[in-house]
Amino acid sequence: MSWEPVIGIEVHVELMTDSKMFCGCAVDFGGEPNTRVCPTCLGLPGALPVTNRVAIESIMAIGLALDCEVSDRSVFHRKNYFYADLPKNFQISQFDVPVCHDGHLDIEVDGETRRIGIERAHMEEDTGKSTHLGAGGRIHAAEGTLLDFNRSGVPLVEVVSRPDLRSATESRVYAQELRSIVAELGVSDARLEEGSIRFDANVSIRPDGDHALGTKVEIKNMNSFRSLERAIAFEIERQIGVVDSGGEVIQETRHWDEETGVTHSMRVKEGSSDYRYFTEPDLVPMVMTTEWVAAIEQRLPELPGHRRARYAAQGVAEGTAGVLSALDADLRRLYDEAVLSGASPQSAANWITGEVVAWVRKAGIEAREVALDGPSLAELIEMVDEGSVSSSAAKEVLDGVLSGEGRPREVADQRDLLQMRDAGTLEKAVAEVLAAHPRAIEEFGAGEEKVVGFLVGQVMKATDGKADPRLVNQLIRERMSG
Amino acid sequence: MDIASRTEAQLHAFLTIDGQGAREAARQADADLADGIDRGPLHGIPVALKDNMCTRGVETTAASQILAGYIPPYDATVVTRLRSGGAVIVGKTNLDEFAMGSSTENSAYGTTYNPWDLSRVPGGSSGGSAASVAAGSSLLAFGSDTGGSIRQPASLCGVVGMKPTYGTVSRYGLIAFASSLDQIGPFARTVGDSALALASIWGYDPLDSTSYQGEYPNPDASLDRGVDGLRIGVVTELSGDGFEPAVEAATTDMVARLEKAGVKVSEVSLPTFDIALSAYYLIAPAEASSNLARFDGIRYGLRVDGATTEELMARTRAEGFGPEVTRRVLLGTYSLSAGYYDAFYGQAQRVRAAIQEDFARAYEQVDVLVSPTSPTVAFEAGARTADPLAMYLSDICNIPANMAGHPAISVPVGLDEAGLPIGFQVMAPALGEEVMYQVAAEVERLAGFEISPRVLEGAA
Repeated sequence: MSWEPVIGIEVHVELMTDSKMFCGCAVDFGGEPNTRVCPTCLGLPGALPVTNRVAIESIMAIGLALDCEVSDRSVFHRKNYFYADLPKNFQISQFDVPVCHDGHLDIEVDGETRRIGIERAHMEEDTGKSTHLGAGGRIHAAEGTLLDFNRSGVPLVEVVSRPDLRSATESRVYAQELRSIVAELGVSDARLEEGSIRFDANVSIRPDGDHALGTKVEIKNMNSFRSLERAIAFEIERQIGVVDSGGEVIQETRHWDEETGVTHSMRVKEGSSDYRYFTEPDLVPMVMTTEWVAAIEQRLPELPGHRRARYAAQGVAEGTAGVLSALDADLRRLYDEAVLSGASPQSAANWITGEVVAWVRKAGIEAREVALDGPSLAELIEMVDEGSVSSSAAKEVLDGVLSGEGRPREVADQRDLLQMRDAGTLEKAVAEVLAAHPRAIEEFGAGEEKVVGFLVGQVMKATDGKADPRLVNQLIRERMSG
Repeated sequence: MDIASRTEAQLHAFLTIDGQGAREAARQADADLADGIDRGPLHGIPVALKDNMCTRGVETTAASQILAGYIPPYDATVVTRLRSGGAVIVGKTNLDEFAMGSSTENSAYGTTYNPWDLSRVPGGSSGGSAASVAAGSSLLAFGSDTGGSIRQPASLCGVVGMKPTYGTVSRYGLIAFASSLDQIGPFARTVGDSALALASIWGYDPLDSTSYQGEYPNPDASLDRGVDGLRIGVVTELSGDGFEPAVEAATTDMVARLEKAGVKVSEVSLPTFDIALSAYYLIAPAEASSNLARFDGIRYGLRVDGATTEELMARTRAEGFGPEVTRRVLLGTYSLSAGYYDAFYGQAQRVRAAIQEDFARAYEQVDVLVSPTSPTVAFEAGARTADPLAMYLSDICNIPANMAGHPAISVPVGLDEAGLPIGFQVMAPALGEEVMYQVAAEVERLAGFEISPRVLEGAA
């Protein structure tokens, strides 16, 4: 029997608001443990939460970017469970009325567009961090545990996809696309290595053609896109192995081990699945007015998917469009300005994704510091197209422009990079070369094509490499055929 | 402080007396007055706080072992307001552990006794605050009322106790019992003092998301209006079985006097009052089970070690919580559990909505509703400790106002044949504090009640 994998992904995004979700403590990474804390995020007796409005605007932006509906009214619930780094022993989260619901995200996999449903995006608060001492950081046999509540109460958005993903690769692309959207919106650091974006995957398999869902397994602890893809691929194979050998997949949570490349079952505590959700009585319902939603929608930047489609429509090859779209906003603006100044979109994209990026990286500067504007790039492209500079000289011109030496034509002139295109001068040089190589003309007459290359080389040599090789080529052919 | 030193040995109204802090505050109040600074009606007034309100630097235990030695790093909003109003905080009063109880016998630190009869309870859960005001060891005290915890002890101790409209007094810094029901309010010796005390603590607080942001009533201005032309409803359901004859007689008598004073009296039936208690004992414990989850031995308070974190938490909680708290946490956990939620918590919420509708209908016909505050006078210590249901029935008259978020006040109207005080309850719609105080002031005038608790006789 052949099996179809069914995958849904939950993405946790830590928001980079100034203050935490329900108190005034700063949101930041690192620092001395337990320095960004107050009665509310420490769960001291009597302390109360107050909702961060900016966090609500951020989740609305994420929802709108995923074509979600924004609820008119949304409520917080308490998710009750005991854990040492959860100070109140309940997490303020959302249950049946999330801020955003029913959206979708289009992803491109192997040249095919797939629409992945978004079930919901809800708002919650992050927990503190436990550090287990000894035993290699594992909880079992640890000598002790340190608790840092700096992260406690940091706003967290959970985006839950529908089980619409069908492969490990699709899942990885979905996660990457979601990350790029969140980064574009500027609502999160969106850095996997710092844990500001975290993924859980729900994986099940079903016989090809079936519509019912199989028993799902939740996988945790995937810290990179690569490990997400590997973990899901492993889990699909594992489940197929289980059922093919007559077994049954059991519903459980499995932990991905990056080193060994396998998932293994986590010992799940008894009864931990009953969170006893009820409406958070310390908060009032949030009301998202049409005006508020519209204002957020208006502020949304162009999103990566839309941008790639626009580049492609302008004539940029798909691969280049993808690379360009992922570049820094300043470099993308350079592209838009160059195109506006008349540059061909593909050439502008090639220059920016190639030479400009390489130069910026090598110089170790920020993209916004680049001394190249759209009109200059368009001018450089025009010079190459008309043959005023060779493509290798053009790179030197670019270096000059980026180094602040002036506009492309000025730089080419100053650095003596302009190609010799004066017909009289070139004809004289060609005549001299032909006169010096009478046998070459005979060979050409006998059909020896390659002799043209040799003659062009001689002219280039005679002109110190400044002659426009295309023009020289043309002149030599004319003379020999004449 | 002097009175406290003479009465505390018998009453045990306080868990902490902050002699040093009180003297400093009193000196500051004097100095301010000398400088021409008058901080308002509470300037220099000795007040007591129920020990579930956080006081910076002063031990706050909620009468629980689990918070033994806990010193909050911040003041509750009410405390901040009292301090800036020049009040002198004399100490922290006893209560039923986490405000769960009706007799103050559930305190982990010993019972408080009734100043009128030292063999009897002061009511609860704010029994220490009520006893302190009755005995005169504070002029005003503040308590919290989740299901009668201010009004019932006020009634049993012969003082004025009121629960404001939900959301008008900040809960920031009040150790939560049931967040959707808890409300801080004052104990006073007179209705006028009560109105002044309320005005000093209420108002919008950005730290409490449920805080009311609109216009606030002005009860002080309504005290002398009289009651001519007002319509009063006597709640049918709050009489009969379980109500002591002396209590019923005092209530009937007061209603008759009000009628003579120009009030239009009618009987009003609110059928949902009969099931309010049952619904309350699902909602309040459910919220409590979650609110009290934070007491786990990890960050503050009592810690009983264990081999694992789970064991540490379980042992700490088992040892730190008394039997009534444990009972309610279990009850609440159960009523929120998957499979039971709809039948218990969900159903209780529907009853709560029905109670609010009942009230709304009643207030179309009358301006205020009246009833006894408590079905009985102060009962003997130990009389109800073995029977939780009998104890729960102590608050039968009080719970509906909490379920609706409405204000209600208890005013002493007389003594029974044994010399124990009887309270009269006036309920009003949300933000109806003006009409409520208007009636309460008239009740006080008509009753002519005098606070003369026996504890002072021996102590004097």
